[in-house]
Formats: sequence, C-alpha cells, structure tokens
Amino acid sequence: MGVENLFHGFHIAVTPFNLFVAVVGITLGTVIGVLPGLGGANGVAILLPLTFTMPPTSAIILLTSLYWGALFGGAITSVLFNIPGEPWSVATTFDGYPLARQGQGGQALTAAFTSSFIGALFSIVLITFFAPLLAEIALRFGPPEFFAIQLLTFSSFIGLGGGDPLKSLVSIVLGFILAAVGLDIVTGQLRMTFGFVDLMKGFDFIVAVIGLFGVGEILLSVEEGLSFKGTPTGMNLRVVLDTWKILPRYWRTFARGAFIGFWMGFKPGGATPASFMSYAFAKRFSRHPERFGKGELEGVVAPETAAHAAGVAAMLPMITLGIPGSPTAAVMLGGLIIWGLQPGPLLFTEKPDFVWGLIASMYTGNFIGVLMVLAFVPFFAAILRVPFAILTPLIVVVCAIGSYAVHNSMIDIWYMLIFGVVGYVFKKLDYPLAPLVLALVLGDLAENALRQSLIMSQGSLAIFVTRPIAGAITAVAIFFFLLPVLTPWWRRLRGAPGPGPAASPTRP
Amino acid sequence: MRAVDLATASILILLGGVVVLDSLRIGIGWGTDGPRSGFFPFWLGVIMIVACGTICLQALRGATDKPFVTRAQLGPVLKVLWPATLMVILIKPLGLYVASALYLGFYMRWVGRHGWVTLALCAIGIPLLTFVVFETWFLVPMPKGPLEAWLGY
Repeated sequence: MGVENLFHGFHIAVTPFNLFVAVVGITLGTVIGVLPGLGGANGVAILLPLTFTMPPTSAIILLTSLYWGALFGGAITSVLFNIPGEPWSVATTFDGYPLARQGQGGQALTAAFTSSFIGALFSIVLITFFAPLLAEIALRFGPPEFFAIQLLTFSSFIGLGGGDPLKSLVSIVLGFILAAVGLDIVTGQLRMTFGFVDLMKGFDFIVAVIGLFGVGEILLSVEEGLSFKGTPTGMNLRVVLDTWKILPRYWRTFARGAFIGFWMGFKPGGATPASFMSYAFAKRFSRHPERFGKGELEGVVAPETAAHAAGVAAMLPMITLGIPGSPTAAVMLGGLIIWGLQPGPLLFTEKPDFVWGLIASMYTGNFIGVLMVLAFVPFFAAILRVPFAILTPLIVVVCAIGSYAVHNSMIDIWYMLIFGVVGYVFKKLDYPLAPLVLALVLGDLAENALRQSLIMSQGSLAIFVTRPIAGAITAVAIFFFLLPVLTPWWRRLRGAPGPGPAASPTRP
Repeated sequence: MRAVDLATASILILLGGVVVLDSLRIGIGWGTDGPRSGFFPFWLGVIMIVACGTICLQALRGATDKPFVTRAQLGPVLKVLWPATLMVILIKPLGLYVASALYLGFYMRWVGRHGWVTLALCAIGIPLLTFVVFETWFLVPMPKGPLEAWLGY
C-alpha cells in the first residue's frame, strides 16, 4: 500500500513548479545555513508568511527544502570555517576543519554531503513505511494518550537533553506560560493580560523563534568578534569521484550513524546527541582511534550521517501525531495550521495528496540538494566573505520583516527584540531554547488534552496510568523525568565515580 | 555569571508568582464543566517557582567566577542592539524600508567603516530588493511611511 501511495506522491512532487520550489528552497536554505545567526528554524519562520498564498503542498515543499538546505549549509561552515551553524554540526568540526586545514576540504565536504544524503535517505525510507502505520495507531488515541505523548516529548528534553535538567524544565514551563497568555479558548476567559489589549492575542511562536534563534544568535556571534578565516574549498569533480571511491569502506559507520540518528531523531532534541553519539561510536570501533580529531574522514561521516538522519526523523511525529520533534518541525506544524490543515493522524486519510507529496518531496529534495551543494560549494562559501558589518544589520532587518509579516503587527517586532535579548541571556546561562519553542507551540494542544482527559476521568489523574497505551507512554515519560535524579544514585551504587554530565554543546 | 544567573532566576520566580496570583483570581479548581481557566497556569507557576528556587540555591552554592560578559564583549552587542531599537522606533513614522535603509547605512559606516559608494549601494539596494520581493511578488505589505506615500504606494 505504501508504494502506490508513494508513486502518487511523486506525481505531485515532480511537477515543474514543485521542483522549482524545491530548488529555490534548497538554495535559500543553504544560504541560511551558512549565515551565522540564521538557522533552519528561523529561516523557515521568516519565509512562512510568503507561503500563505501558495498551495499547501508547494508551501510545505518550499519549507522542507529550506530545512534540507540549512542542514547541508551547516556542514559547509563547520568544515571550512570551523563555525558550527547548528549545534548538531559541532561534532563535524572535530575532524572536518583539520581536514580542510590539511588541504583536504573538498574531500571532507564531499564526505559530509554524501553522509548527510545517506542518513536522510535511510530515515525517509523508514518514514515511508512507518508513518502510515503510526498514523493508523494514532487514530485510536484519545486525549489521555496525546497528553502522555506530550509528557514524553518534554521528558526527553529533561532526561536526554544533556544540559542542566532544572533549566530545561524552566524553559518548558516558560514556553507553556507564554502560550497560556491571552484568550482561553475553552472558557473564553482572558488570562494574564492584566488589561493590556496587546497581550490578548498572546505570543506567536514564530516571532519567538525569530527573536530567540535569529536576533539572539546574532548578539552571541558579534560578542565573539566574528572574523571568518576560511580555508579554500578545493572542490572539483575529480575530488568528489575519488572520495566516493573511499567512502564505501565506511559502510559500518554509515549504518550505525543512520540507526542512531533515526532512533534519537524522532524524539525531540535528538539530532545533537545523535551526532555526538555516532562520533563516539565511530571512534570507539575504529582501528585508529588516535587519528580522530586530527583529520579522519570517518569522523566527518559519523556525525553527519546521524545528524541528517535525525533531522529527517523529526518529521515523523510531526506528520503522524501532530507533535513536532524539533523547533524547525514545530514551525512547519504552525504552517500547517495557518494553511488550514489539521495536523495529526487524520492527515493521512483526509489529505493524502499533501502527505504523500511531502514524503515524495523528501526524496527529490534531498537528491537535488546533495547535487546542488556539491556543485556550488564555492559560491555558498563565498557568502561568509561578505563583510560582517553588512551581514549583521541585514539579518536584523530580515528578522524584523519576518516578525511583522506574521500578523502585520508592529508589536511583534518589539517582541522579537525582547525575545532576542532573552535568547542571548538564556543561551549564555545554558537554558536550552528548543524546549521553550516547542512548549509555546504545543501549549494549547497540551492544555486541552489535559483538560479533556480530566473531564473524562472526573478529575482523577489516574487516567494517564490506567489506560494501556497512555499508561505505557506515561511510564516512560516518568522514567525520563527521573533520569537526572536516578543517574547519580546508579553511579554511586556501582561504586564508580563516573564522569560528570556531558557539557551541553554550545557554539564555541 | 552568578549574579546574572541569580537575577534571571529571581525574575522568573517573580513571573511565576504573577502567574500564580492571576490564576488564583480566575479560579484554579473544578468549574461546572471541567478544570477552570487558571488550573493549568497555576501549576505551571508553582513548578516555575520551585525550579527557579532550586536554581538559585545551586547558584549560591556553586562558585564560578567566570564573568557573564566582559566589557570587550558587551560593546559590540550594544552596538547592534541600540541602533536596532532605534530602527524599530523609526518604523512607525518613516516606514520599514526607510528605517532599515538608515539602519543599514548607519551600522555599515559606524562599525564597518565602509566607503560611501558601497554604503549607498547596500543601504538603498537591499531595502529596494525587499520591497520588490515582498510588496510586488508575494503581496505581503510592510509598514510604509511618507516616502512610499509620495511615490504612490
């Protein structure tokens, strides 16, 4: 059944207009991925208003292509400039930059793009087969199950996020609080508006994404006194073909990275730990672990495969459950709602054209993407040679335009500035931003699921434990919530002091 | 670092307090047809206060002397922030395109010390390009001021 649907999807994705949209999306996405301060999430957020007048399938193709482009673009800056554009590109710099310094930049980039493509392809194939099944199961879910999944989503930030669990919790709660501001849709009561008319509309998460990730990131980068010292790309057809001859040697690393990426990726915040885990495994199983960190090609293959596999896998819960796995997927989910689609399992039965067009476009988008970045790397790398005093105000202006365009309201530009400062302070204090954004997006959904569940059970919280599916999910969620408390005990029990919690990867 | 950590957590505790008070005002219990509007935010506020209180305690015990931001770092950050704030203020009277042109030109001259030719090209070219893309291609209107009105838009 999946294959027929997929063919139908290709009919939709492979029209001249949709292919053109994909090319535009990938080009813009790569540019955005290369630019400091603009990543996948806020790139998608800024372009979202431009899609309001497009057909939904073309719109989602534009946004997903932008996302693939941003993922590829992150690899370019990591390898050539030692600047990870996104947290999950940090592990790529370990061996990518040394390779570029040794004049092997072309090889490293070819390996990075190819691994990204293979990791993505692996996840897309799995999505093709698992998404319909998962959607069918999810059709039987009621409010308690959905609330349990939300719990699981946020518990994995706390248990697996890697940072300070308390600060992750605060980020989540702050997101939910901001989401609750304004009109309560169930009772029609105003909450936390304190008589201000502007607060009645609440906070739009798109503006929050642009401020937190766009403006906040720019402030962080100027603080470091940006000066880009890039190495030449050294890319040509010969290097690409030669590298492709070497790469099959690393099939084990590819397979491991793809599995780790997919497994970690459909849970939120998974891409970054997945890339580090894949790198660590590759080093552990390598015959030359001492070469890692000094310019080992396998050290580029491992994190890139996992990061891209995870990035694609984040789309799985978004299209099947209506719960995004990453901030970028969250913005796309917001897009679905604006285009008049109801995210969730019903999409598969009610809008098959949209879903299968989207899945098919993942194949075409990544295929076009890898060819484009391989061909045009020098062009994309040249963007970072644009003087910094032009790039910085330009990005701020683009962010302002994007924020205004969401609702045509001036107050949103002010919110953007405030969120920018908040993002800057939070990032410096190690409060993670992704859970805040996800909570802001899911706030109303989570609250409604909770309230409906409580109405079903006459106010008893036991409903989340007694129903079989909800109970199992809640149990896992509680386990994740307790993980930061349990881990030290477990270590003491085994008598080993163990290493401290892994430092959360931040921009160097 | 510690001072800012404490200050942030304290502000968040205050915020949590405001949320709790407002939720109590609109009711946190069981209404006629389910939990009342304040139910969910009330517990969020409580969690916020408890979590930030713990963060405060942790920060008080831990002794990190790493400064939150050095003077050399703060300079460039403020150099981005206050002209940006000024631009946002100017959007209302002048329109977004003129305000962004002024902002681009000012920042390029002040921080980048670019020549007048590059400056004019970028400061006029970039807003012009955004105008074409947003107003004519995608029909997304931006705030406009007297200049656009004079040109007939």
